[in-house]
Amino acid sequence: MKNYSSFSDIQLQLQEGLTVKEVVVHYLKNIRQYAHLNAFLEVFEEEALHRAEQIDLKIKQGTAGKLAGMVIANKDVINHKGHHTTSSSKILSGYESIYNATAIERLLRDDAIIIGRCNCDEFAMGSSNENSAFGICKNGLDETKVPGGSSGGSAVAVQMDMCTISLGSDTGGSIRQPASLCGVFGIKPTYGRVSRYGLIAYASSFDQIGVFSNHIEDAAIAMEVISGKDVMDATSSAHPVDAYTNQLAFSGTVRLASFAEALHHPKLDTEISATMNTLIKSLNEAGHTTTQVSFTELDYLVPTYYLLTTAEASSNLSRFDGIRYGYRSQNATDLESTYRKNRSEGFGPEVKRRIMLGTFVLSAGYYDAYYAKAQKMRRLIRDKTLELLKTNDFIILPTTPSTAFGIGEKTKDPVEMYLADLYTVQANITGLPAVSVPLGKHSNGLPYGIQLIGNKFSEARLLAFSKYLMTHYGNSK
Amino acid sequence: MKVDDQLVDKISDLARLEFLGEEKEQIKKDLQQILGFVEKLNEVNLDQIEPLVYITDEVNILRDDVAEEHVSKEQALRNVPLRDSDYIKVPKVIKK
Repeated sequence: MKNYSSFSDIQLQLQEGLTVKEVVVHYLKNIRQYAHLNAFLEVFEEEALHRAEQIDLKIKQGTAGKLAGMVIANKDVINHKGHHTTSSSKILSGYESIYNATAIERLLRDDAIIIGRCNCDEFAMGSSNENSAFGICKNGLDETKVPGGSSGGSAVAVQMDMCTISLGSDTGGSIRQPASLCGVFGIKPTYGRVSRYGLIAYASSFDQIGVFSNHIEDAAIAMEVISGKDVMDATSSAHPVDAYTNQLAFSGTVRLASFAEALHHPKLDTEISATMNTLIKSLNEAGHTTTQVSFTELDYLVPTYYLLTTAEASSNLSRFDGIRYGYRSQNATDLESTYRKNRSEGFGPEVKRRIMLGTFVLSAGYYDAYYAKAQKMRRLIRDKTLELLKTNDFIILPTTPSTAFGIGEKTKDPVEMYLADLYTVQANITGLPAVSVPLGKHSNGLPYGIQLIGNKFSEARLLAFSKYLMTHYGNSK
Repeated sequence: MKVDDQLVDKISDLARLEFLGEEKEQIKKDLQQILGFVEKLNEVNLDQIEPLVYITDEVNILRDDVAEEHVSKEQALRNVPLRDSDYIKVPKVIKK
């Protein structure tokens, strides 16, 4: 099997004699070769090989599901029954899932194979994968650089061809930002498109499960499987799921809006800015409508995001008390101190910072001045974004202000790290779908993504236009 | 907003966290910096805007109230860090 085979390639080869077991062996070889990157916290080698044999048998019998031959890496925040799920946190070290997340359940039902569990920032809080309790993950293209975060391991697993696709979760950019820094495709669907059942919650009104892939088609088919209403998640949408795979052929033209403030932002790398301008100009010349508008709220996005997500996190993470599961400290003397010791010794510094900020903004006397204010700002941002999407199909933005930064470069300054999400949080604040398309190649040798935000449930059109961009403006791998 | 020891103590109490020695100085400094950053929202007049609470369009997703067993006792106890037969062990809660 060739490196970076698309899933349709794999399926074709399966018809010509390749076995699913050989597909798994191929990925296991790459996983071993790049083990030092620390993308995987655990590899299910035996189980994957065994399951591959069963699926090979099903193929022979003509009973295989539509994902037979697809090998998937899971993020360590998505429950997978009978397997460890730890949120890359000491507090959940050794925790074994007793049920499957709906996304996992649906992928397995269609005969996909889960090959391992990927490293990430603790509780998905971070932009560099440096907050993992189980070691940093390195960018496969430059091992002195971070892969981005929080789904850093999932991005590297796809980047180095250790799986066909990987799952990630995206609360403020945790799929798109590492996709950009690793040079792969990433999609964060509309809020409610994919069930959150079994996803360990960070900020419930922002979190969405999504996909990383090297080929848009592979993300499309996986999204088709994991999307849709789920009785176990009341916020999951009953909106019908489009046949993403059948709608990938792009036709016609689109109307694109760009933000003057985003393209001229002092944090934006000048080369990325120049490429954005060139791309927008080329798209215009190709017949698409491009409009530059003013979005004066840009610098309020990250503050709004941190006020709201930390508040939700402080509530969500209160369940981790070390009583029914999780880390139990030996130093406690009574019930009060067991909560305190379990949590203080179990959580890492960034998680504690966010719980503290969230607890503060929800506390008596500060709620209106901080939390309620951010909720109002959320409405303002949402309404303004939806207004723009009435006359435009997509908003086009850089995914990240820079290419992958150095390991340790931003760990001393939390605010500097938060600004890595400058362009990605808008999609989560508004609940809109967004993708990062790996179009950019910097003179420093590193990749970067171009981001598109679409209207609610416009995933089919987003995927089709992403493929169009890859075909006409992409660098072949 | 000035972050002092008293505020850090109050918030860490509510959050059931503790910060000792250098950690306390660090969280004080970090909170001060992060609050300074998020206070940027004070520049905008939002008095006339209603808070946005729900992002989903789904409303009143109801189901029949039927009792079902999703997790067996054995499964529920599987991840308990400290147990005694069918019971979860915790430090003593009754004061002498």
